[in-house]
Amino acid sequence: MSSVTTAGSISAAALHRRSEDRTAWLLALPAIVLLFLFVLLPVIAVIFLGFTDFELGYGKFRIVGFENYAHLFSDRTFRKSLWNTTLYTAMVAPVSIALGLGVALLIEGELRARAFFRTVYFLPVASLIVAMATVWQYIFHPTIGPLNALLSLAGIPGPNWLGASNTVLYSLSIIGVWQSVGFNMVLFLAGLTAIPRELYAAAEVDGAKSALDRFFLVTWPMLGPTTLFVVTISITNAVKVFETVKMLTDGGPNKASEVLLFTIYQEGFVYMRVGYASAMTVVFLAILVVLMFLQYRVLDRRVHYT
Amino acid sequence: MTGIPVGRIVRFALLSLGALTILAPYIFMISTAGKTQSDIFTAALSLIPQHFYFAENFAKALDKVPMATLLWNGVVVCGLIFFFQVAVAIPCAYAMAKLKFRAARMMMVLVMLGLLVPIHATALPLYVAFDRVSLLNSYTALVAPFTISVFAIFMFLQFFRAMPDDLIHAARLDGMSELGIVARVIVPNAWPAVTAFAIFSVVAHWNDLYWPLIVISKQAYATPPLGLMYFRAAEAGDDYGALMAATLIITLPLVAAFLLAQKRFVEGITMTGLKG
Repeated sequence: MSSVTTAGSISAAALHRRSEDRTAWLLALPAIVLLFLFVLLPVIAVIFLGFTDFELGYGKFRIVGFENYAHLFSDRTFRKSLWNTTLYTAMVAPVSIALGLGVALLIEGELRARAFFRTVYFLPVASLIVAMATVWQYIFHPTIGPLNALLSLAGIPGPNWLGASNTVLYSLSIIGVWQSVGFNMVLFLAGLTAIPRELYAAAEVDGAKSALDRFFLVTWPMLGPTTLFVVTISITNAVKVFETVKMLTDGGPNKASEVLLFTIYQEGFVYMRVGYASAMTVVFLAILVVLMFLQYRVLDRRVHYT
Repeated sequence: MTGIPVGRIVRFALLSLGALTILAPYIFMISTAGKTQSDIFTAALSLIPQHFYFAENFAKALDKVPMATLLWNGVVVCGLIFFFQVAVAIPCAYAMAKLKFRAARMMMVLVMLGLLVPIHATALPLYVAFDRVSLLNSYTALVAPFTISVFAIFMFLQFFRAMPDDLIHAARLDGMSELGIVARVIVPNAWPAVTAFAIFSVVAHWNDLYWPLIVISKQAYATPPLGLMYFRAAEAGDDYGALMAATLIITLPLVAAFLLAQKRFVEGITMTGLKG
């Protein structure tokens, strides 16, 4: 009698589990279908297209193996583009991280005007970057722009910021930093508020008298996970720079501001060489994968404090 | 005898200097939107326009840019994207977090992979596909690729895992279906996560230029960034007065929303972290 009930309840439980699994599948189904349709399939397609000479407008295409990739290495525009993206990232990421941390530390100690400053620094994040880019274009204007007017007051001849190949990348970097400092600041502020106050008191007891001592003893190590996150996101966002380049320079002058996404856009959607642009996209994806991988490696190694 | 708090003054000065740098573009935008051409050419540094030309510049901008269409398109596209993202992600995240779901591990792998892939990487094949089915220049093309947000799934998953199981058990005892539980128990309780995600999603898609630039070539479907680009391309020369007026109008909605709900904005961005 008792064995019958146990068997019955077991199969009922199994039945229940099965029906729960089916419900779960049904609930997740739209997400799974869309994920295949708009993420997995396109990624597979882009890898495949990278091995073809597909061009929009032509019906036929053939498989060309690694020809596109071989071509990439000798393509001066692409190499220039990779180099410019690296330079832009090497300028924007460290500066916007350092400034973001600096502003966060200053605001953290500020009592009265704290909310005001936070709002101001965050404003660019909530502003249409395409619109603000046109404002920057006016500010950087060589003859009528306010920046050069200011410089000429000081007797310095202002450069042709966005129009000269030796300054254009710096000018774009200034816009990039202006845009992302507030974002990094907000993330650092969140990280700072999570540090327990007692740690600072303890550090003081241990002889960390100056603010600088306390920073290196408590703040910096405790901020480890936040910093790693900010670093990764800053680098990824800098590698993805596109809007300002498209709006202000179109990669010029003389390819001095060709960046990765702009070159891909140009090859794929303007010249319609989809196969070749796909090979570039695969390189772009590979860069993102490497960045993600590095983040995990660092994460595994050292930032476990909490 | 309290000494002058040097540290506080230095801190305040530094913060003010930085704030001024951040605000400079906004100040010049507003000031230039009120200047005549001759003002713009002669007095770049005087912030107050000599002749108030705001009305004329705004009239010119509104005349040349179909502002209402652009803003409407922006609202429709961002609204639809957000609606689908949430409607698709919440049930999926619920299934992964709270149900005995054998595919949950596989889903997690898919989500982590998906987090890595931005629209820039999938744009080429998607463009070819939309071209084949003649869907370029449509709301569908603007919205469809973003209906799935792995980031939304990831975020709601974290949020649901922290939710007590008792809530769900009680609802089940009341005889609610799983879909009913999602709609009437999970969604109302997930409200902080939903608003945070809403801000993240709207900021990202309101600002996006890459994808609209690719699939839209008609003014009628242009989103705000694209419309502004058309206007700038059409307005050759240096009519910065009208250009700044247009810029001002187009920046205003999101900035106003931010100023009204800045606490939520900052929370939203901190909670979601990722951008773009």
